[in-house]
Amino acid sequence: MTVRVLVLTGFGINCDYETAFAFSRAGAKAERVHLNDLINNPSFLTDYHVFSIPGGFSFGDDVASGKILANRLRYRLGDHLMNFVNEGKLIIGICNGFQVLVKMGLLPLLDGVMRQDTTLVWNDSGRFEDRWVRVRVNSDSPCVWLRGIEFMDLPVRHGEGKFLTRDDNVLRELQGRGMVALRYVRKDGSPARGNYPENPNGSLDDIAGICDPSGRIFGLMPHPEGHMLRTQHPTWTRVGLHDPDEEGIGLQVFRNAVNYCARTFE
Amino acid sequence: MAHRIEVGVKRNYRDAAGASIKRRLAEDLGIFVDDVRVVDVYTINAQLTSDELELVRKELFTDHILQDSVVDATLSQDFTFLVEVGFRPGVTDNVGKSAAEGIADTLGRKLATDEAVFTSKQYVFSGEITRDVCERIARDLLANELIQRWVVKSRDEMEIWAGKSLLGLPIVTERSEPTVHRIDLRVSDDELLRLSRERMWALDLAEMKAIQAYYAREEVQRERRALGLPLEPTDIEVEILAQTWSEHCKHKIFNADISYVDSDGTCYEIQSLFKTFVRRTTEDVSKRVNWLVSVFHDNAGIIRFTEDWNFAFKCETHNSPSALDPYGGAMTGIVGVNRDILGAGLGCKCIFNTDVFCFASPFYEGEIPPRLLHPRRVLRGVHQGVKDGGNQSGIPDVNGAIVFHDRFLGKPLVFCGTGGLIPKEVAGRPSHEKKAQPGDLIVMVGGRIGKDGIHGATFSSEELHEGSPATAVQIGDPITQKKMADFILEARDAGLFHSITDNGAGGLSSSVGEMARGSGGAEVHLEKAPLKYPGLAPWEIFLSEAQERMTLAVPPENEKSLQKLAQKHDVEMTVLGCFTDTGLLTCFYEGRPVGMLRMDFLHEGVPTMKLKAKWEPPKREEEVIPESEDLVHDLKRVLSSLNVCSKESFVRMYDHEVQGQSVLKQFQGVEHDGPGDAAVVRPLLDSNRGLAVACGICPKYSDLDTYAMMACAIDEAVRNLLCVGVQLGDIAGLDNFCWPDPIASEKNPDGEYKLAQLVRCCQALYDVCTAYDIPLISGKDSMKNDYRIGETKISIPPTVLFSAVGFIADLRHVISMDVKRPGDVIYLLGETRPEMGGSEYLALHGRLGTTVPHVDVSKTKPLYERLGFAISSGFVASCHDCSDGGLGVALVESAFAGGLGFDIDLSAVGVDSDTIALFSESAGRFVVTVPQERVAEFEETLKGTSFARLGEVIPEQRARIRRATGGCCEAELADLKRAWQQPLRW
Repeated sequence: MTVRVLVLTGFGINCDYETAFAFSRAGAKAERVHLNDLINNPSFLTDYHVFSIPGGFSFGDDVASGKILANRLRYRLGDHLMNFVNEGKLIIGICNGFQVLVKMGLLPLLDGVMRQDTTLVWNDSGRFEDRWVRVRVNSDSPCVWLRGIEFMDLPVRHGEGKFLTRDDNVLRELQGRGMVALRYVRKDGSPARGNYPENPNGSLDDIAGICDPSGRIFGLMPHPEGHMLRTQHPTWTRVGLHDPDEEGIGLQVFRNAVNYCARTFE
Repeated sequence: MAHRIEVGVKRNYRDAAGASIKRRLAEDLGIFVDDVRVVDVYTINAQLTSDELELVRKELFTDHILQDSVVDATLSQDFTFLVEVGFRPGVTDNVGKSAAEGIADTLGRKLATDEAVFTSKQYVFSGEITRDVCERIARDLLANELIQRWVVKSRDEMEIWAGKSLLGLPIVTERSEPTVHRIDLRVSDDELLRLSRERMWALDLAEMKAIQAYYAREEVQRERRALGLPLEPTDIEVEILAQTWSEHCKHKIFNADISYVDSDGTCYEIQSLFKTFVRRTTEDVSKRVNWLVSVFHDNAGIIRFTEDWNFAFKCETHNSPSALDPYGGAMTGIVGVNRDILGAGLGCKCIFNTDVFCFASPFYEGEIPPRLLHPRRVLRGVHQGVKDGGNQSGIPDVNGAIVFHDRFLGKPLVFCGTGGLIPKEVAGRPSHEKKAQPGDLIVMVGGRIGKDGIHGATFSSEELHEGSPATAVQIGDPITQKKMADFILEARDAGLFHSITDNGAGGLSSSVGEMARGSGGAEVHLEKAPLKYPGLAPWEIFLSEAQERMTLAVPPENEKSLQKLAQKHDVEMTVLGCFTDTGLLTCFYEGRPVGMLRMDFLHEGVPTMKLKAKWEPPKREEEVIPESEDLVHDLKRVLSSLNVCSKESFVRMYDHEVQGQSVLKQFQGVEHDGPGDAAVVRPLLDSNRGLAVACGICPKYSDLDTYAMMACAIDEAVRNLLCVGVQLGDIAGLDNFCWPDPIASEKNPDGEYKLAQLVRCCQALYDVCTAYDIPLISGKDSMKNDYRIGETKISIPPTVLFSAVGFIADLRHVISMDVKRPGDVIYLLGETRPEMGGSEYLALHGRLGTTVPHVDVSKTKPLYERLGFAISSGFVASCHDCSDGGLGVALVESAFAGGLGFDIDLSAVGVDSDTIALFSESAGRFVVTVPQERVAEFEETLKGTSFARLGEVIPEQRARIRRATGGCCEAELADLKRAWQQPLRW
């Protein structure tokens, strides 16, 4: 079967092309769909298995990153997206997309109700930075997007990526239910313990990405599509390259989603 | 009535924005306070019920996990003083615009046209601080008075002011009736010049007289009578001519007739520097390369990238606006050149940006002359403007440089470049061909028109003086532009327009005037143009440089489809008139004719300038190079010099990887902190073909010899490309000239010398580019980079940025600058000569020197060809350009980037002085490492060229330098790296 992926575009989203490319490389049929087209025809959603919100600067990050797009999705498409989720389909938000998911309350979706329980705020450094980090997958996480992955080197490219929860209870619940899917670690794989630059933004518990209790909705600050090809890695020239199309570890994230959908919606 | 919502970070959370301000207060101004908090203020000028206000406060403006907020009250309690900063009327408020959209979403209804949201920021200070200090902080750090205003309030004063508007609403209230004035040109020469000066036309006497003569022509008068126009010119007509004929748009100096007298007294007549040196370079080289598609007649040069795709490249300067408002000026610089690419051919997708800045030292301690800003502030503002403009547009910033020289105090240089990609064919037509047809509609898309940037084109052709207009300053709106770019690419693929160009300098006047050359005329109805606020005169509408706009030529039958697409992308689109074949540009306002110009006069009527140039070589003094007494110590100092040291903290703030094409980044090696030579991108993610991007810029040689300055800049850019695996013959170049005024006058007594410097520079451009087979595909010049107020005059050193792009045939052969393995052999390629003029080493001794590096293409070319072969054959492990600072710097950078060390012998360099060996900046050199097993093949390949085996890569992270004069010195690489990273670690 063909797994169909909707890659959202418009209003300052800007990683749509490469995100669509990553899904295609992973075997899906990925289409860039403008937010206005989706709002005018929400039934479009039913054609797709995966809804993805790529990185970018939706509405210029004005007011707060992801906030205005989050509100627009919530008011205009909230019910449709909840139906999408309830059909067992997948959602991913990368970087600005993660900010959107969190601010509209599609993550962490602790009790199945859209509500903002967590947030992403200004990096402790107070600045936007583009640098590569190492992240470790929580092996206890139900996240279907991360199966078979232990570590990833990925670029972070954000100014507002510091993850916070409403209170300690939310944090404990995220931790207890394996919803903390991805953490920043040091080069040797040990916890970053909040230290810059391994933890690039000061995130609570070194959190780089979370999923909903089902593991099907996933949001993360680092860019997996930024390491879908080995040539994207900053030190590939130290090892060399035989095949220019050689994959980077980030592609596995997209492939996991495609495989999951292929199995589930056969 | 207007309401205020104040939003701030809760007390128990870190206020990252406040902490940044606190740090900058200490670093930049030496002011120490206990605490700074930042409060976002949204002033909502709309009819909202209190329930609605409460709803948007909660649902839109407040992140309830992090923030507290209040409506019509004050959030801050414990503080000493607060400063609130807001925009002046008419200045673009991007956040305010987005907030209005957010309110519409939340309330389920759009705000009325006269309703709006205005944003301001409160900086809340605690600790020992006075009102005067707050004023200083506002002026020198928080606000720019050209675009912003501020108010300082104490804790006590806020008792009264709580919840009230501190600044008043920034609404443009001045409502002049739009009128058209006649201009009497039947006056004396003096009067003509006075008019030109007062109206900021920047037209000289010959040009004013040409206009005078045009209006005296009988057939012109007949045409004017027939249309119902007065016989004397209208304001809009002269404004159009002044803009079209501006130095910025017509490049009058580059097209002038020049009498050049050489140092031996020989006189040469040069008819157009552009034709003689720039265009001829490309014409000559085009016989030897087969990938040129469209050069010199579009917004950007276009070359072939693959069978199916073309590539466009362009670089612009935005110096004067950046001098006045570093942030806004630089941002409009980068989004402006993006539009050049978006308007190249039938519209290219922007795939990367480049940025090169020239400033005075950020540690400058002297007096700052009036109207200038401290270089530190200029640096921060420019960097942030380019960062925000590029990041928000989703275009990676892949290559650049920051260059320091004292005289950039007078004017900072801000070069912004963009590369773009376009299918060879779109909608069944060659994508590089475009032409407005008679009958096509003139369609403006994107942002609205205000008084922004009026006279920008003429202003940028002027020195900075007391009356420089505040309207020259504007702020970009990357998101409006991003939406427009998405829209245009879709419209392009649907074949909905015949031609496109951007509205940059000169606004509609420039874009319509330019596109009308295709059809042979145009008719514009200016009252149709969408305005930000009423009250603009017709000429202001036509000349406004409000950002984020493009002009399209649209066949009438496509209007509806285009409108539909514009709606989808939330882009405003307006039909302003149509293109014609009447040979005339005519403008109407509310049905009345307001201006008419003959197309041929408009574009060909500008008189050719006649200029004089006289070359006198600078007096050469006896050159004694002080021998270094401590090589390691001096090496550290060179590594710490501003022109050598790491710029990583600036680069990290650019998104340099968005779009996923990055193959080689600015910083390379084990810790991703070694300075790369060139960026490599793969514009087509499923192709093995790449593009490398690099630049060269050497203003430090200009005072000694501009020929060498140009030659070295080209050579540096070429070397950078070769380092990553590009071959000669696969390189295209862009030349961006920034010059001090080269026209001699009473005020500018050394004009003839500066023009001679320009001539020599152009000679080098031709000589070196033709030798290396580099066609020049686009370029630009900015010719009045001087500051003069009162007795103070500061002229920049003549500067050319040479940007270069090269093809990478096979990405697998790309190499980086970091050394790879212990035991690899280290070579120095190219000849080292005692060429210490302009070197960083002599600068340590406060001297300029005399002997500048000489690019001897008869030697460098064969070396470059063989190096290209060696790299593509896989013989080379790392390659790094030897430039600013010399051999020592290149060795250290390569070694620490690889996490290893080196052991080298300076006697192999072939000069008898260790100082010259380590610190000479001779051109044409590389530091290369080669695996032991490849040494034989490598040396065989390089046979006949100048190369020296210096030593080996060692596992210990140490620099071991064996002196030619005997003995050895050593250093920890960590120390050297620290010296290199420290100075600008911001």
